[in-house]
Amino acid sequence: MAKKRLRKFSASVLHWFVLVFFTVLLAFPFYWMVITAFKQNLDLYTVENNPFIFNAKPTLEHLRLLLYDTRYVRWLGNTVFVGVLVVFITLLLAVPAAYALARLTGRWGQRLGIGIFLTYLVPPTLLFIPLSRVVSTLGLQDTLWSLVLVYPSFTVPFSIWLLMGFFKAIPKELEDAAMVDGLTRFGAFVKMVIPISVSGILTVVIFTFTLVTQEFVYALTFISSESNQMVGVGIPIFLVRGDVYFWGSLMAACLITSLPIALLYNIFLDRFIAGFTVGAVK
Amino acid sequence: MAVRRAKVKSMGAAQDPALGTAMFAPAALYILLLIGVPFFLAMYYAFSDARIGNTDLHFVGLENFRSILQSPSFRSAVKNSIVFTLASQIIVIICSTILSTALENKFRGRGVIRYLILLPWVAPIALGAIAWKWILDSIYSVITWVLVWLHIFKPYGAPMWLGEPHLAMASVILVHCWRLIPFSTVIMLAGQTAIPREIPEAAAIDGAGFWRTLFQIKIPMMTSIISVAVLFGTIFTFTDMTVVYILTAGGPYDSTQTLPSLAFATGIQGSDLAAGAAISLFLVPVLVVIAYLMLRVAHRAEAT
Repeated sequence: MAKKRLRKFSASVLHWFVLVFFTVLLAFPFYWMVITAFKQNLDLYTVENNPFIFNAKPTLEHLRLLLYDTRYVRWLGNTVFVGVLVVFITLLLAVPAAYALARLTGRWGQRLGIGIFLTYLVPPTLLFIPLSRVVSTLGLQDTLWSLVLVYPSFTVPFSIWLLMGFFKAIPKELEDAAMVDGLTRFGAFVKMVIPISVSGILTVVIFTFTLVTQEFVYALTFISSESNQMVGVGIPIFLVRGDVYFWGSLMAACLITSLPIALLYNIFLDRFIAGFTVGAVK
Repeated sequence: MAVRRAKVKSMGAAQDPALGTAMFAPAALYILLLIGVPFFLAMYYAFSDARIGNTDLHFVGLENFRSILQSPSFRSAVKNSIVFTLASQIIVIICSTILSTALENKFRGRGVIRYLILLPWVAPIALGAIAWKWILDSIYSVITWVLVWLHIFKPYGAPMWLGEPHLAMASVILVHCWRLIPFSTVIMLAGQTAIPREIPEAAAIDGAGFWRTLFQIKIPMMTSIISVAVLFGTIFTFTDMTVVYILTAGGPYDSTQTLPSLAFATGIQGSDLAAGAAISLFLVPVLVVIAYLMLRVAHRAEAT
């Protein structure tokens, strides 16, 4: 009995060791953002100081610098502007397409669905070179419109894929009943299917928005001026003057940008994962 | 009533192909124009002399490929891309198997731990990478401070983590793993919940211990979900340039250059669109293999 208890105890110790080890490893950079963002420069840049604690009083100076002396707020605005437009375009394209595919029974529906999913696998790092020329031919270089145009190319495929699974779960009888009541098929889609799919559509909204904030390659390639940047590029590239890094403000920016995005994404995480694993989990 | 039901059925069967096409076509056209066309443009440029700021193109045959294959930067980029992808995938799979096993059962604080563990995946990677650049700073690195404090290095005697080829490579791999472990852990958690509880329980009654259950029952039952995690992880690592660009920009001496980062350095920063496009085309064979394997996984899951 004692042996069994010992075994149970050591299993539990191991369990917590694993959890603590990985949590510390994975969350450490975010702890580091907090510590750095509120430390005085003298404390930050004294090699002998214990870096894990505040050796001098915490300060809001880095945050003030970030908000008033850099273009950070402007970048946030740019990101929201692009994000909202891309969400709008994505919904406009993906919702009807996903419904068409979900209701298109037989081989073709399946094949087209998988084809759409595969386009999600084509990475920006393969397309950014030709797209940079397309963007400049259209006269959109260094404008946010270039991103509004290009971002739906990766948000639409995955959104179609997510919504397809969602629409398939809605019983066909619902639309049939609506059509008996005199609605057209499209009318049934707009008046019956969309209202009960709000949570699926919301998932796509959040997913699209977080993808826009996470994108780096296109924004780095198409946008050159400081005032037109998105947060994802502006913070790591433009908060650096020459070779001087303003680590306090940089980490403050990382922190206040990452945490809300992470929170949103986390709420909808299980649905995104369902999208990634469709087919492999039954 | 019978008449009414017949009518419903005929409507359901009608399927309205014109409407279906009209609803699907805009998205399909968008994808074709912004993924299909650029993809073929990339191939076209790779055989041309396209440069930024020069609008006319000439066909130059295999000239770009010839000069790329001769450049040492390209060779190290191919090698690094493979090394980074393989090394990080192996580490990620081992770690996320362990972590997902630890997270499988409910316990107090699981929600908080899950949120913290997921941060690297859900926060924008460019911001995570710049935080790592600060952690690995040449002078103020916290890792250096700890090592000096432990008397492993003398003050100012520690190596520059991003300044020496092997350490820089290890750092890039570390950051890729840091980002992907959460993703692959949640994928595996989804896979574990799909295993019927009775099977491991029955195995336990038959006397199988924790390790035997893990290696002989759970992991074999999770092969398809593990392959999903590996396939996505491979794509995310192999085609990524954000981590390398921010941490080292390919340096020191091309030691961390990867295919995507070299394509960017050549095609955009160096204005040589043609050569950049040719370099990025070397991603395609790997993508094709991944796509094929993914289809197989999906197919197998469907068949069973």
